[in-house]
Amino acid sequence: MSLGPYTSFITTSYALVAIVVLLLIVWIAIDYRTQKARLRELEASGISRRSGRGVSDF
Amino acid sequence: MTLLDLANPSRFLSLTARVLPWLAAATAILLAIGLYQSAMAPDDYQQGATVKIMFIHVPNAWLSMFVWGVMSVASLGTLVWRHPLADVAAKAAAPIGAAFTFLALVTGSLWGRPMWGTYWEWDARLTSVLVLFLMYLGLIALWRAVDDPSRAARAAAVLTLVGAINIPIIKFSVDWWNTLHQGASVLRMGGPTMDRSFLIPLLIMAVAFSLLFVTLHLAAMRNEILRRRVRSLQMMQASRIAFSSEVGTGSREENASKEIGAAE
Repeated sequence: MSLGPYTSFITTSYALVAIVVLLLIVWIAIDYRTQKARLRELEASGISRRSGRGVSDF
Repeated sequence: MTLLDLANPSRFLSLTARVLPWLAAATAILLAIGLYQSAMAPDDYQQGATVKIMFIHVPNAWLSMFVWGVMSVASLGTLVWRHPLADVAAKAAAPIGAAFTFLALVTGSLWGRPMWGTYWEWDARLTSVLVLFLMYLGLIALWRAVDDPSRAARAAAVLTLVGAINIPIIKFSVDWWNTLHQGASVLRMGGPTMDRSFLIPLLIMAVAFSLLFVTLHLAAMRNEILRRRVRSLQMMQASRIAFSSEVGTGSREENASKEIGAAE
């Protein structure tokens, strides 16, 4: 597969898309871990939901 | 399962826990097939190999508008039906939509330089997509500016519905004005004008990116529900601390008056 004289434009486009999509995935994954850790901390300090469901249920 | 069943956030969370791994796997498989097909697609007789940029530019451009459409329906859900997950859906979609719009702008610019001779032109299509990107940023800023999510939700819903006017402007800008951007070649009356060797990889990539959006959106909605639970538990904790300190102050005052009484 030869990309000819436009290699830099094509590879930059694909690389940028890959970077931004990866950043989105990593951001969402980190956010999930952060929220779960905060919920766990709050539950450990004795604060719990009325339904009694804990962070381990999610 | 209906939308009403999903109104219960706990039920929604257990559904996402079951569905997300399958969605992620389907997205990865389709993206791999789409990327392979894109790599194997022939060069265009006019554009040469730069036509490969189309396979990522067009899905991102479609999704930039589709995500705003999803947010508009969610905004109706907030304002009209008061669905508990509607504003969660709208808030979670905004950063993902902004990312797709950014990618549509940048990949379009990188495609434009070799084909048009310029990275940017203030024509109707490019300018209206830039406005869409700025509107996404404005919405994200609005959500962050207001602490209480339910208060932010109504303002954001109104702004989203007003901003939805821009979607048909983007879509038909190439028909209404004389622009550098080409007209529609897939979603048009009379069917696609594109050769199958380009159309098939493009459609596979479009479905793959749509699945990517659904996956990321569900995951971001799950995070937003958890964030709101953290917030409500933190408020419970703060009110307990305030209550116990009030009780403490009250009992100290009581003791002090008893001591004064005893001294008298």
